[in-house]
Amino acid sequence: MKEPGYIDQHGNHLTIVGDWTLPYYAALRLELDRRPRHETTATTIDLTKLRALDTAGAALLMELVGARWLAEIDERAPELPTTRRALLRTLGEAMIDNPPPSARPGRPLWDTLARTGQHVEGIWQQQYQLLGFIGQVLATLAVTAWWPRRWRLTSMVAQLHQTGLNALPIVALLTFLVGAVVAFLGATVLRDFGTTIYTVNLVAFAFLREFGVLLAAILLAGRTASAFTAQLGAMKVNEELDAVRTLGLDPIELLVLPRVLAMMLSLPILTFVGMLSGILGGALVCLQALDISLIQFLAILQRDIPLNHFLVGLAKAPLFAFLIAVIGCLEGFKVSGSAQSVGEHTTSSVVQSIFVVILLDAVAALFFMEMGW
Amino acid sequence: MSASREPLIRVRGLANRFGQHSVHENLDLDLYPGEILGVVGGSGTGKSVLLRSIVGLLRPSAGRIEVFGEDLPQLPARDRSRVERRFGVLFQRGALFTSLTLQENVALPLIEHAGLPRADAEALARVKLALAGLPGEVAILYPAELSGGMIKRAALARALALDPEVLFLDEPTAGLDPIGAAAFDRLILTLRDALGLSVFLVTHDLDTLYAACDRVAVLSRRRVRVADRLDIVAATDDEWIHDYFHGPRGRAAYRAAHPEESP
Repeated sequence: MKEPGYIDQHGNHLTIVGDWTLPYYAALRLELDRRPRHETTATTIDLTKLRALDTAGAALLMELVGARWLAEIDERAPELPTTRRALLRTLGEAMIDNPPPSARPGRPLWDTLARTGQHVEGIWQQQYQLLGFIGQVLATLAVTAWWPRRWRLTSMVAQLHQTGLNALPIVALLTFLVGAVVAFLGATVLRDFGTTIYTVNLVAFAFLREFGVLLAAILLAGRTASAFTAQLGAMKVNEELDAVRTLGLDPIELLVLPRVLAMMLSLPILTFVGMLSGILGGALVCLQALDISLIQFLAILQRDIPLNHFLVGLAKAPLFAFLIAVIGCLEGFKVSGSAQSVGEHTTSSVVQSIFVVILLDAVAALFFMEMGW
Repeated sequence: MSASREPLIRVRGLANRFGQHSVHENLDLDLYPGEILGVVGGSGTGKSVLLRSIVGLLRPSAGRIEVFGEDLPQLPARDRSRVERRFGVLFQRGALFTSLTLQENVALPLIEHAGLPRADAEALARVKLALAGLPGEVAILYPAELSGGMIKRAALARALALDPEVLFLDEPTAGLDPIGAAAFDRLILTLRDALGLSVFLVTHDLDTLYAACDRVAVLSRRRVRVADRLDIVAATDDEWIHDYFHGPRGRAAYRAAHPEESP
């Protein structure tokens, strides 16, 4: 039954033959491209031998004869069945005065410069928005703090569960492993000086001051900042954030504050767990590789490590937590309608929060060193 | 529609259950070639679920769904994809790919399945968009930049991309203004007549039922209560059907479709 479509030409008389459908599109396309342009105006066209026709074939016919010819099909080819004329006429009418969108000419150098400028301005805008958002969150916090009825306890506990409790195992495991690695490093380097006993001090110093809080914060930045962005971004796409506003509620109070506060509670706890399990990992290596018993390990800790190292480490946790949560939420608010945008902003929130955590940690290390704490 | 013809889609004994909740039990439905079948029913009667099980997005709990004479749920994935290419589906909210422009949305199946080169596929996509009533300059816009009505039209263009034999429309006129909805009805009729499509149309829009549908199937109490010509369905002795067709909106739609009988 199937018969590939083609054009039969005798002088000025064109006969359209066969099936003009999608399967024969490529072949018909070639045939059309081979024909010289501006030739069809004077010719007569016979469509009666045309068999199957779909929109793809009709589009090709339109290229051959022009949209206006198709729009006037009722006068030009009244012998065709009504349904076929309806399709061709509809298509012709749709495509008259319907030029293809004009593509902008590419200017490589100009575009590169423009993109660079856009990026630089984007970075500046990002910092500006972040500062503004931090101010908004703090202001909302200051207002709601006086109204216990506006505290979103349920929501906060739920967030605490997700960001804190659920992250406990992974934080403990990772810090344990890093603790063991640090102890191995210390043992290897200190062996040359015959002072392997100081491995204990190394592990304790590293985890109390830096690694406990840094590892926990980086993990939460990857785990929770992305979750916040995706949650709020999906709500934004679904117009839920607009709904919250039109109901006279404040999205910051309702959605951001519980997340920020839950993070500020859970990161110190996770930091504490991270310190413990990092030191535990170190202790295990000391026991296995250096024959330092657990009792001895604890005795050295008690003798050599003052409390202020622990406090210095822990003091950074709420600040990191605040920034991670605020960045995650802000990026969520910035999501616009598309799936791609959710992805872009989730990436951005993780990158930004890890960057901020490491940068602040370096600044804090300098500060604490200068202060002699 | 004559009953002697072979149906394109034959649903027999379909059941869909979600845990304890049963949406369909022992449901039978036929779709004949070249007809526009309107599927109506109250909210929650499983109109969209029925559509999703026919197009293969949902595995039914029981029953047979024969499409073009083949039992779709039992087919291996390769053959199923071949059958599904003969379907065009317009989802309730358009479901356009948000990271692609309109013409890329429509061109995607043409590139993937028909193997057209990109330039040809996009030119053809612009024709389909024009056919669905969208001007050429919107072809390079992204779905986020469009109004709801334009998204519906673009989604129709994508459903028509591969010139399907069966078109599934899930509430196509919901969210369109009355003028746009009437134009949409006419468009579907024209396309049906010109391309010989069969259309499975889930709708709440009474005007669409009167303007476009050859047969109407009413879903009620987990089954197809009645499926027949509109006048026969409207005369069926059933409380919901009576309220639906003879309520104020139903009467208005009837008068709009039959102006000669108006007082």
